[in-house]
Amino acid sequence: MAPPSRARQGFSKRAQLGLFTSYVIAVAGILLGLLLALTARFDPAGHAAIQGLLSDITAPVAKGGRAFVGTIASGYDGAAAYIDAGSKNRAMETELRAARAELMKGKAVSRENYRLKRLARLVENSPDAVVSARLIASTGASARRYATLSAGSTQGVASGQPVRTTEGLVGRVVAAGRITARILLITDGGAVIPVRRLSDGMPALATGRGDGGLDIRALEAGSNPFKTGDIMVTSGAGGIYPPDVPVALVKIERRDVAIARPLADPAALDFAIVLPPFVARDPVLPPAPAAP
Amino acid sequence: MALLPRRDRFAPPPTAFEQQLIPVVSVMLASLAPLLPIIATAPMVPPLGFMTLLGWRLLRNDIWPVWAALPLGLFDDLFSGAPIGTGMALWAISFVAIDAIDRRFVWRDHLQDWGIAIAFVAAYLALAGWLSGGGVPIWVLAPQLLLSALLFPIISRTTAMLDRWRLGR
Repeated sequence: MAPPSRARQGFSKRAQLGLFTSYVIAVAGILLGLLLALTARFDPAGHAAIQGLLSDITAPVAKGGRAFVGTIASGYDGAAAYIDAGSKNRAMETELRAARAELMKGKAVSRENYRLKRLARLVENSPDAVVSARLIASTGASARRYATLSAGSTQGVASGQPVRTTEGLVGRVVAAGRITARILLITDGGAVIPVRRLSDGMPALATGRGDGGLDIRALEAGSNPFKTGDIMVTSGAGGIYPPDVPVALVKIERRDVAIARPLADPAALDFAIVLPPFVARDPVLPPAPAAP
Repeated sequence: MALLPRRDRFAPPPTAFEQQLIPVVSVMLASLAPLLPIIATAPMVPPLGFMTLLGWRLLRNDIWPVWAALPLGLFDDLFSGAPIGTGMALWAISFVAIDAIDRRFVWRDHLQDWGIAIAFVAAYLALAGWLSGGGVPIWVLAPQLLLSALLFPIISRTTAMLDRWRLGR
């Protein structure tokens, strides 16, 4: 006998009405859900508040698990390092030799940099960090790239603040709960960062690709002046992201776009630093006339 | 387990709560997968909540009414990172669609269920990506879909095991 189908409930009026009602509820729910999902795109702030509250509640689970993963990963790394110690040693020696040469070059450049900065009378602004915290989870199943930071509004984290590690830019706070915050990673398809090439300051826009990479586009269309190995840093244009934070390393050249890998690997990073949003200095204006 | 005593032949039939407990809790636990301490730079983790839901629904068509997908989808939305309402709508739509499939193909084997699950997961990933915006190209979802396809038989087996345990008690 065929398994009983939900669609055919026999002649019972009650069962038929029950089935009909369940479909009505389902269709109403579908419409409500679609409406919610679409309004979320127009009112992200209200949405983020609910999601922030929920991630506050579940943060301890993710935090404990993150520590566990760290232990496992370091153990694995230790074992792997032991196995290929010989070849690694040779590779490191050659690397060291190359690095020494680079270091000399770097010293020369930094001296030149210092001189140029003195010349331009630029003040090095080092904004003190709001807080440093761990990234504890991310939305791995969703097409968007959000991560959860283990610090929230009680530690002074607020929406809009940039997040970086010692290696480079991680993203931007989009919602702050009380003890956790949601970070939009730079690899998200909705993240756009004004950058420039480290070597000559050529400006560009970095856009997340959603697959772990970044698109680097020059400001003029139809050309791609960026080469493999170029390092992109933030330019500070437009505020929010402070200037000179490393962002990405160009990996692949295309005809009109370069594809880059973020320098801060969120999967491996330990602590992230939340910075106050960068405010570009306004040009000095004459004081407003006093009100009569 | 003391909390869930084994039921003998003369016990009264299980209440609705007892019938629902294991399927609902297993789907909700799978929905919590985004809390796993993995920081993913690309969408790689399969939508475990949705796949567990499909596993149960394809295994048994009599445990849930069509609207049961709404609260479960809402719960998933709270954690998945997609805008709230995405899971509600897409999960309920897939329940309606599976009802239609149930009417056409009454006898199905595991291979067909697997194919159905892959088609639904693909549609779910694409539509959820479209609803949450961000301009992600569709091919980015390919590895995630492949992983989901490979994982579904395991999930299907797990739900079947849980089902046997649930009914055997």
